[in-house]
Amino acid sequence: MRAYLTRRLLLTIPTLLLVTMIVFMLVRFIPGSVLDMMVAEMSATSGEEFKDVEGLKRALGMDQPLHIQYGRWIGVWPQADGKISGMLQGNLGRSLWTNEPIADILRQRIPVSLELSILSLLFQWTLALPIGVFAATKQDSAIDYSGRLFAITMLSLPGFWLATMVVVYPSIWWGVMPNIVYVPLVQDPIGNLQQFILPAFITGVAGSAGMMRLTRTMMLEVLRQDYIRTAWAKGLSERTVLIRHAVKNAFIPVITVIGAQLAGLIGGQVIMEQIFALPGMGRVFIDALNQRNYPVISAINTVIASFILLSNVIVDISYAWLDPRIRYR
Amino acid sequence: MAEITVNEAPNVIVRQKPRNFFVDLLVRLVKTKPLGFLGFIIVMLLFLTGIFANQLAPHGWNEIMLQYRLSPPTPELPLGADNVGRDLLSRIIYGARISMTVALGAQAINLVIKLALAVPSGYFGGKYDLILQRFIDAWICIPGLALILTVMAVLGPGMWQVIVVLGVSGGIGATRVIRAAVIRIKEEMYFEAARAIGVPTGRIMMRHVMPNIMSIIIINLAAGMGGVITAEASLSFLGLGIPPPYPSWGGMLSGAGRQFMMVAPWMMLWPGLALSSVVFGFNMLADALRDLLDPRLRGGLGRYGGMSQAQLEKLAAKKSH
Repeated sequence: MRAYLTRRLLLTIPTLLLVTMIVFMLVRFIPGSVLDMMVAEMSATSGEEFKDVEGLKRALGMDQPLHIQYGRWIGVWPQADGKISGMLQGNLGRSLWTNEPIADILRQRIPVSLELSILSLLFQWTLALPIGVFAATKQDSAIDYSGRLFAITMLSLPGFWLATMVVVYPSIWWGVMPNIVYVPLVQDPIGNLQQFILPAFITGVAGSAGMMRLTRTMMLEVLRQDYIRTAWAKGLSERTVLIRHAVKNAFIPVITVIGAQLAGLIGGQVIMEQIFALPGMGRVFIDALNQRNYPVISAINTVIASFILLSNVIVDISYAWLDPRIRYR
Repeated sequence: MAEITVNEAPNVIVRQKPRNFFVDLLVRLVKTKPLGFLGFIIVMLLFLTGIFANQLAPHGWNEIMLQYRLSPPTPELPLGADNVGRDLLSRIIYGARISMTVALGAQAINLVIKLALAVPSGYFGGKYDLILQRFIDAWICIPGLALILTVMAVLGPGMWQVIVVLGVSGGIGATRVIRAAVIRIKEEMYFEAARAIGVPTGRIMMRHVMPNIMSIIIINLAAGMGGVITAEASLSFLGLGIPPPYPSWGGMLSGAGRQFMMVAPWMMLWPGLALSSVVFGFNMLADALRDLLDPRLRGGLGRYGGMSQAQLEKLAAKKSH
């Protein structure tokens, strides 16, 4: 077990390195385009043609070959001023347009995305897990069918459309409009929750569908095992059989999905933040994409990917801990 | 006492005439999976609408009729018109063509990548497998939408870009499943037997590996279609997919659709309904295919090993009569 843990933790290092490489290379397919955009912008604002393209290139560090740019970015190669300062040193770089440190931008935005994610996960679990378990124990009953129908419908409705409909129709019928000016949690907790509850509920409901189906399948699989029959035959109460014997085993694979969602949600709220005008990471990300703000794009991708990597490790470890049947080499 | 030798044993085995795999699948789908068949019909409708869009659409996809500007649904324009007076029905019909093209194109690329990467990886293992798996580990750490959005921002909006990006990223993401299936086959007795009698690798691939991963591939393809269509819609919604004025369903839901959503809610309603029903169709079809094709999920389920509670109660009721 300890050997497994060590190996699992050590394996994350090359993976993280590869992630940063992929993230870094992705945005540099067309290195010229951001320069062109900046030159056009500067020419437009100053009124005369901007000529010092080479100087701009040097200022952005784009005059160096790719591997040096990468080395500087992750912090193993000295920057232009001779200091080593990159990701490893906690420097995520600066925004190309505003020159603001990216770490500062993210520090303001991550809490918003995190709050939205946590709320929607809460909705998701309180919906998916009980209904999934119940549908499996009463297989082929009316509850089972309506649960499955609900799940498959939710899987088919695109979240952004559902969200728009939920905003549009109440306001046409009853004149109710959600507040679209962001209220921080510390200033006005109730106003803040009112603002988050709708997007969180929609993502939660949409996400619960897949989990509900998985829970149901896993419960069904466990319920036909011999040890469940034994438990019934021993005369245990329904409650004990279901909770102690069935649910405990059925939830092992569900936990993997929970882990994946935990991390995925932090980056996956892009569309909801856009619709409900919440100033989270997704908004910054879309803005950065539209402005080709490469350092910001890379930084956000790296942060999200690291979250995911971390939660994968946690899931693997909890898996090993929860299911002693799995053998580790 | 008549003696029967082995050779004279009466031949009582009735051979069922083997049906074509796909015909058989369709027959079973119709007979046992009504919801799956409904999904199949929706999918077929999408394809037919997409192929015959030119004949079906009453107006052009970008035909501007200013007199109908923001017209609600009327007998002439059954689904209403948008903010520049384009017939929404025609735009939805042409949107079906976009969705169909993106789904088929992306899944074709997905399939090629998946097979080219995963089958050798699972079959030969070794260093190639190790390196590829580390790369895929890293790849799936970057959330799908962020990855797709990043590449789309670099490539610029457009139909081919969407197809390639969705196909490649989906294909790389799905190699895991295929690889696992190939590895499982390698542990089977028939595989070992084929190796032992010296069947060449290529023949093993065609006779044993490919047919056995076929069902997984079909399920994956069907299940992925809905995801690809949603992804295209999300990209277009965020302005990084298929650019206006092309009638992508996702694109119709953003931009002008959002601007006029309070005055003309039908502009938002129909594309979303079309999108949802198509994704619903693919999901139902994929679900039914999974039940029909995946042998691990076949057979009785339920508390008493074989029958569900409802079935047992029915049986008990019958017996008591």
